[in-house]
Amino acid sequence: MSEEAAPSGPRPVVPFLKIPEDGDPYLEGTRCASCGAIFLGERTTCSKCGTTGRLEPKRLSDRGELYVYSIVHRSFPGIEVPYVSAIVDLEGGGTVKGNLIDVEPIPEKIQMGMPVDVVYRIAPRKDRDGNEYLTYYFKPRG
Amino acid sequence: MSDVYIAGIDMLKFGRFPEKTVPQLGAEAALLALKDAGVSIQDVEALYCGNLMQASAMVGQRILQEIGQTGIPVTNSANACATGATAFRGGWMSIKAGLYDTVLIVGVEQLGKAGLLGGGGGGGGIPREGLLGSQLMPAVFAEAGMEHARKYGTTFEQFAKVSVKNHEHSTKNAKSMYQKETPLEMVMNAEMIAYPNTKLMCSVNVDGAAAAVLVSEKKARELGMARAVKVSASVLTSDPFTDRDLVMPDVNTCTRQAAAKAYEMAGLGAEDLDLVELHDCFATAEILHYENLGLCGEGEAGKLIDERQTWHGGRIPVNVSGGLLSKGHPLGATGVANMYEVATHLRGEAGARQVEGAKVGMTHVIGLGSACGIHILEKTA
Repeated sequence: MSEEAAPSGPRPVVPFLKIPEDGDPYLEGTRCASCGAIFLGERTTCSKCGTTGRLEPKRLSDRGELYVYSIVHRSFPGIEVPYVSAIVDLEGGGTVKGNLIDVEPIPEKIQMGMPVDVVYRIAPRKDRDGNEYLTYYFKPRG
Repeated sequence: MSDVYIAGIDMLKFGRFPEKTVPQLGAEAALLALKDAGVSIQDVEALYCGNLMQASAMVGQRILQEIGQTGIPVTNSANACATGATAFRGGWMSIKAGLYDTVLIVGVEQLGKAGLLGGGGGGGGIPREGLLGSQLMPAVFAEAGMEHARKYGTTFEQFAKVSVKNHEHSTKNAKSMYQKETPLEMVMNAEMIAYPNTKLMCSVNVDGAAAAVLVSEKKARELGMARAVKVSASVLTSDPFTDRDLVMPDVNTCTRQAAAKAYEMAGLGAEDLDLVELHDCFATAEILHYENLGLCGEGEAGKLIDERQTWHGGRIPVNVSGGLLSKGHPLGATGVANMYEVATHLRGEAGARQVEGAKVGMTHVIGLGSACGIHILEKTA
C-alpha cells in the first residue's frame, strides 16, 4: 500500500495496539520462548534472559486487574484533570499503563486488585493533520 | 588499591539564580571545594562533571574556562537524577585505578521553575500524556508509593509525615532552598498534584551546585587526615529485569542491589549507619527506600515514620539536610550535595543540625530510567 492510499480508519495510538481489517482491535505483546517474559510490542531480544530470535508475537488479554494507580490533578496545560493513571496486569501476562475511566477519581472508589477490562475508543485528540486515533482505556468490569 | 578520601567538599545554597550561567554556578562550587581541601586547580589531575539539562554542552570544560584551563581530562556525565553520584563515582574509580591522586567533582544544575518533569513521549502521532496514564514524575512516584500501600496498607498520612519531617529538618540548614516548617495538615491539604503526593510532597526545582575534591590515601596524608572523609563504598546499578519495570519503573530492586553491594564493599551494615541522605524526590519514595536500604524490616516503613525513628534525634536520622523536598533538587548537583551533607556531619561541622557522634553515613540517589548510586562515607580522624 502506498503512502497516498493510507487506510481511512483510525490509526493506533501506540504500535502495540493492533487494528485488524476484519475483527476487533487488541493489544499485542512479545513472548520470549526461552524464559517466558512478556513485553509490549515487537522486539527481537529478551531483556530478561538475553535470548535473541526466539521472541514470538502474543495477543494480550482484554481482561486484567488494577495493580496500582495515581489520581492526577496537575498536568500539562490542555490536559483534562483529574484523571486516573493506572497500571494493569493482564490475564495471562503483560502489564500495561493507561487511563482508568468510568470511575469517580477519588481513592475511596478505586480498589487495587479490582477487575478491569481493556476497551477501545476513538481518542479525543487528533494529530496536526487531523487524523483520528484509536486508543485503549481500562474500565471497571461489571 | 588506594582508599579514596574526600579532602574538600562544599555546596552553594540552593535557590534560583537566573542571572548566572551553569558553568558559573559550577565554578563557584568548585572554588569552594578546592579551598576547603587546601589545593588549587593546578593540583587537580582530572575533572568529573555532572549536569543533566546541558548534557551536550561541555559544562565541565566551561567550568575550567572560568577557574583554570590546565588541560586536564574532563568527563561530563548525565544519568538522570543520579548524575552527580555518577560523576563522583567516575572520580572515585580513577583514583582506585591508580591513575590520579587528586580529582575534582562538580555537580551542577539550573532548573529554575521547571514545572512538571517527565512525560516527554516522543515519536509521531498524538501526545499520550493524560491519555495513556501519566509519565510525569509525580504520578510515576505516586504509583510506586501505591504499590507499598497495596502491600502493607501504608497511608496518605504516613507518606505526608515524610514531608513534615524533611521540612522541619531544613529549618536548621542555611543552604536549603526553604527553611519553613510544614505541619501535617498543611502538607495533606496542599494542592494535590498526583494522589497521594501533594505539592509539599514533591521535590523543589532549584538551581544549585556542589563540588568535592577526591584524593588518594597518599595525597590525603600529605594534606592532613583531620578532616578527611573516607569513601568506603561507591556503587552504581541500573534496573535489572523485573516484571513490570518497563511500564512502571522499578526503583526498588536497583536500590536493593546497590545497597547490598555497598554494605559488602564497606564491610558495614545498615545498623552501623548514623545518618542517611536518601532520594526523597517525592515523599512516597522516601518510604520505599527505608526498606530498600535496610533501615527497617519489610513492611515496617510506615511504622518507622510514625515512631519518628528517622527524625533528627531518632534511631536513624534520614535527610537531616531537609532533603530534596525542602533543600531542593537541582538534578545534577543533588548527588554531590548529599555527600556534602553527610561529610559535614562526619567532620562534626553541621552546627545546629549536627547528628552527634556521627561516624558513618550513606548517600543514595535514583535516576529514573533507571540508575541507583549509593555511597558510604566514614569519619577518619
